[in-house]
Amino acid sequence: MSSSVAHVLAEVADHFGNLHSSEFRGQTRVVVPESQSLEVCSFLKEQGFDFLVDVSCVDYLEYRDPPMQMRSCAGRRYGLMYLLASTMTNRRLTVRVFLDDPEPTVRSVVPLWEAANWLEREVWDLFGIQFVGHPDLRRLVMPEEFSAHPLRKDYPLQGRGERHNFPVITRENS
Amino acid sequence: MVQSFATAERRLPPASDPESAARNEDYLWTLNFGPQHPATHTTLRLVLKLEGERVVDAMPEMGYLHSGFEKIGEHLTFNQYVTVTDRMNYISPMANNVAWHHAVETLLGIELTPRCKVIRTIIAELARISDHLLCNGAVGLDTGAFTFFLYGFYQREVIYDIFETLCGARFTNSYTRVGGVSQDITPLVIEQIRTFIKKFPKTLDDMERLLTRNRIFVDRTKGVGVLTRDEAIRRGATGPVARASGVPRDLRKDEPYLAYADYDFQICCATAGDCYARYLVRMQEMRESLRIVAQAVENIPAGPVNVSMDQRTSKPDKQQVYSTIEGTISHFELAMSNRGFEVPCEESYAAIEAPNGELGFYIVGDGNETAYRARCRPPSVLNFAMFPHLIRGHTLSDVVAVLGSLNVIAAELDR
Repeated sequence: MSSSVAHVLAEVADHFGNLHSSEFRGQTRVVVPESQSLEVCSFLKEQGFDFLVDVSCVDYLEYRDPPMQMRSCAGRRYGLMYLLASTMTNRRLTVRVFLDDPEPTVRSVVPLWEAANWLEREVWDLFGIQFVGHPDLRRLVMPEEFSAHPLRKDYPLQGRGERHNFPVITRENS
Repeated sequence: MVQSFATAERRLPPASDPESAARNEDYLWTLNFGPQHPATHTTLRLVLKLEGERVVDAMPEMGYLHSGFEKIGEHLTFNQYVTVTDRMNYISPMANNVAWHHAVETLLGIELTPRCKVIRTIIAELARISDHLLCNGAVGLDTGAFTFFLYGFYQREVIYDIFETLCGARFTNSYTRVGGVSQDITPLVIEQIRTFIKKFPKTLDDMERLLTRNRIFVDRTKGVGVLTRDEAIRRGATGPVARASGVPRDLRKDEPYLAYADYDFQICCATAGDCYARYLVRMQEMRESLRIVAQAVENIPAGPVNVSMDQRTSKPDKQQVYSTIEGTISHFELAMSNRGFEVPCEESYAAIEAPNGELGFYIVGDGNETAYRARCRPPSVLNFAMFPHLIRGHTLSDVVAVLGSLNVIAAELDR
């Protein structure tokens, strides 16, 4: 862990209490409770992590051996990750937020980064995680008629036959 | 198509500011642009709200090419999945191959051999050149400069030929492997690359003479689709789009991976942030890439190209397989599903500077040879998401200029 990232984490600990952080291959991850996710992200943005690289999610439904970083949130199904970076210093930091069924919900970070708009829509589309405060939470890649969230682990690779039920638009009824 | 127009209109976000209150007025008309249109180049759709010829609002829509690559990534092994990455940004498949296995090797903690690093650097830079040639060529094509496009495409053919000699495939290369590459570089390839280095600058000069000071082209692109520096950061722009807006972010310098730390090259930046600046940045980046290739190809280290057999990740070469017991066992074990790599139950993110921007993979390992989750961070999604912001207030004919300069590749957009 580079000293500057450790410094920022110490600052975070001062404001938000002790958060679980870990490191793997030189990448620092910090686990944030979902109630504080927006505040922590906002604080990190002020601390120089001004660039949102990616927002995505992992479904740990079938995960065999929860890694160290998950121990504090063991049993939770969804692990959101916010990959942050600094355009000035090129440091990186991963923020993890763990959510659980039913109705996994977290506050949207679109007010902080416009980049999160489509990324959160994609997570909603593929994992079914609600982002409160998102301006336009619609499906991004799947069609609107689609009912499932296909990147969840209980969704089969072959699908559930949704394609057969898609409405067919013909020349006559268009 | 009446039905789909109506749904698209309904989906427009509600107007909140007074300026956008006019958007729902009767005199506006809606134009459906794509998903099948020559100027979108791929299958993506724009619903444009027009006042005469002026674009009041745009609604980009994607998903027409969604193939579930991330779901497939959870069912293919690390070596198999490289064939899928070819199909993401098919303009520069070699860069995707390098990005994928860079991420896998980060997770597995494999240190590549010096020779492999240099070979991967060369092919990644050649991929960048071929991508920028097509991207800039398409911007020229859409704004009416057809000759310019053909100049670019001829040189792309030369790069295809190099790749064909290198690995047998012209377009979907699938060249890299975990801990190495599928075939070592041969003297013939090196000779082809040398010829390319000699001949390519002349083509670049020709292309610049054709377009850079061309009155029509400059009028069509200068001041069109301006992205400010702050907006570029807020909207997550990377690659040439961000650099044209004055964000000097380039992972080749910021987080030197492969052999980039050894070469002398510059990051190309502009501050205007318009389509013309993006064109200039790409043109200049091709020259810098060529410099990297020229330095790399003359200094390819000797030695093995794949990591050693002891690391049990890449298959040993045939001579070892047929003549040593270790080679035979290693080859056999790597083919068995329960004796392959040792994958930690951990997760990591690694990105490279792909031609379009930061292309990264977030891989979760669970002890299997298959990723538990293979998240792809595609640069195209974030570049395309800012399209309405860039096009508002411009005319319909500017749509193709802005779209071309963002270099949106639908296969990478939807995955």
